Amino acid sequence: MTALHAVLLIPAFAAATLALLPAYRLSAAVNVAACLATLGVALSLVFVRPPDGLYLRVDDLSVVFIVLSAFVGFTTSVFSASYIAHEVEIGRLTPARLRFYHAMYQVLMFAMNLALVANNIGLMWVAIELATLTTVMMVAVYRTHEAIEAAWKYFILGSVGIALALFGTILVYVAAEPVVGQGLAGMVWTVLIAKAHGFDPALLDLAFVFLMLGYGTKVGLAPLHAWLPDAHAEGPTPISAVLSGLLLNVALYAILRFKMLLAANPAAIAPGPLMIVMGLVSLIFAAFMLYRRRDIKRLFAYSSIEHMGVIAFAFGMGGPLANFAGLLHMTMHSLTKSAIFFNVGHVAQVKGTQAIADIRGLTVSHPVLGWTLTASVMAIAGLPPFGIFTSEFLVVSSTFARQPLLAVPLVFGLIVAFGALLMQVQHLAFGEPSPGGAPAKASYLPMFGHLALVLAAGVFFPPLITSWFQHVARMLG
Amino acid sequence: MSGIDFDIAHLLAGSLVLISLMMLYQDRLTALINVFAAQAVTLALSVAWQAYIQGAPHLYVTAAIALIFKALVIPLALHRIIRALGIHRELDQALSVGPAMLAGIGLVALSLVVMLGVTGETDRLAREDFAFALAVVLLGLLMMVTRRNAIGLVVGFMSLENGLVLAATGAKGMPLVVEISVAFSVLIAFIVIGVFLFRIRERFETVDLAALDRFRGERR
Repeated sequence: MTALHAVLLIPAFAAATLALLPAYRLSAAVNVAACLATLGVALSLVFVRPPDGLYLRVDDLSVVFIVLSAFVGFTTSVFSASYIAHEVEIGRLTPARLRFYHAMYQVLMFAMNLALVANNIGLMWVAIELATLTTVMMVAVYRTHEAIEAAWKYFILGSVGIALALFGTILVYVAAEPVVGQGLAGMVWTVLIAKAHGFDPALLDLAFVFLMLGYGTKVGLAPLHAWLPDAHAEGPTPISAVLSGLLLNVALYAILRFKMLLAANPAAIAPGPLMIVMGLVSLIFAAFMLYRRRDIKRLFAYSSIEHMGVIAFAFGMGGPLANFAGLLHMTMHSLTKSAIFFNVGHVAQVKGTQAIADIRGLTVSHPVLGWTLTASVMAIAGLPPFGIFTSEFLVVSSTFARQPLLAVPLVFGLIVAFGALLMQVQHLAFGEPSPGGAPAKASYLPMFGHLALVLAAGVFFPPLITSWFQHVARMLG
Repeated sequence: MSGIDFDIAHLLAGSLVLISLMMLYQDRLTALINVFAAQAVTLALSVAWQAYIQGAPHLYVTAAIALIFKALVIPLALHRIIRALGIHRELDQALSVGPAMLAGIGLVALSLVVMLGVTGETDRLAREDFAFALAVVLLGLLMMVTRRNAIGLVVGFMSLENGLVLAATGAKGMPLVVEISVAFSVLIAFIVIGVFLFRIRERFETVDLAALDRFRGERR
């Protein structure tokens, strides 16, 4: 058994164990331990690469996603332990549902890791489908009107997206079949990329449109984003953190894989413009939506749409610099956004509400939560010295250098979003505190850890990781 | 490929599109489910015929799955559900026949133009299969958009997946893993949907999606 199998087997066994464990304190601990073990194995993949198989493989691109996903998965499980303790206390979750919740958490980790290590486009599709079904059930875990409606909407939109992606996957196989031959080889990614130059370009073009729409739904790109705010707002907060921090990235990873396939075929359309347009539309649309949000989790869900737009834009621009910026932005966004959700989860618990109008003066009533929230919103809005400033600066400057006209809507969207976030955080963090002054029993470690990493990346980015990201950016073409 | 092989495959795939068009204007849920079952039977026949002419025995498995699950188990279960919910006589029609047909014909024409345009070098049968498959997928989407009832939505989604199966079997030698996963995902999807429908019933006393709309938007 190699490390490659271990990143799949650990979550799978943990899921089976957690489905049987009745005590929620113990299962929370098992959940954390399983995530830590997965993180350890994921880190070992950076150094030791198992050989490629027909179904599984790790390369320099996917290992970035795997490590990021294992890390955020681990910190979220730590946060989740303290979050659910409170939910059980106030009776929002019963022990039976918690058992289900913990098992599903590990199934989700399994599905995401499977999508990231799949060397087979069919297997990748199955993994993303599994991740969708798992998150649907987790969003519905509170069984409130709103949660069920959110899960239903997510389920329907997600299934349609997944169905379109499957059609695209079939079309890729059809394009590959005359060159690669019939059978399994036609779905193996390493075979496809090596022979992509001989594929029928028209079929590849059509396939990419379906894949972009299908997996784009899962990335939350406008106009296919409708499920995202509801799913974030109504599910448990650890799931919001995992959705924003990880699942959107996994869907984006699928798009990047197919983008590389198209780039390897000189006659196919350039996939960039489609990604640029969807990215810009998402960015500007979400930036304006940020102003009128009344629900704090919905606010940050729209901010995720905005940032996924920026990331899709950066990868759509392509080239070593923009790809580097896109990778960096994706990493920073995952870390910052999950830190924000950790924070918001505790805030919503102490205040007993998610309505922005009822949350005021956090820095006065809960200084640690309030100031951390302020700092992380400053980070997500793109202020220096945080890492998102660096990555947004790189996206903007590389766009200015190549397509100055495209930089105009980009900067416009970023400024609009900046204004909205500033306005909202001012209301949340300062002024006369609103009722709900119970001291927070929060686990600060995950959010501090994430913020420290984002801050460190903004001040000093280790040259080792820089060269790694540069290498991956060149791979992406 | 001899003429008759092609003709039969063509006939079956074309029937799938026609049945999809029929589903668009069914305004009673029982009738809708019956038409869906007919489509599933046609799909099973089409897949079995593909298995025969391609000499690909594993496709018979896919055909059997389509026949057993989609043509028998799921329609029966849906009939039970709507009778249990007492909505089997309810009318569910968002688009009237005329506009639905016009939109449907437009989508079929679109998919023929798109697919026949790009699949110039593929063999004749596969080209036609893909064009029909895309038409079934798009008609399924149209149905999901126009139906207001949750059951109609579910049936629309399953007919969309019928189109995917048609495409997957049209692609020669496509690995079995995909077909099984398609069938499997339909099964999972169905279970999930079933759970949801009961939950919705429990909460809202109706499966009319308009009732869900009240909860849309932000919490006040």
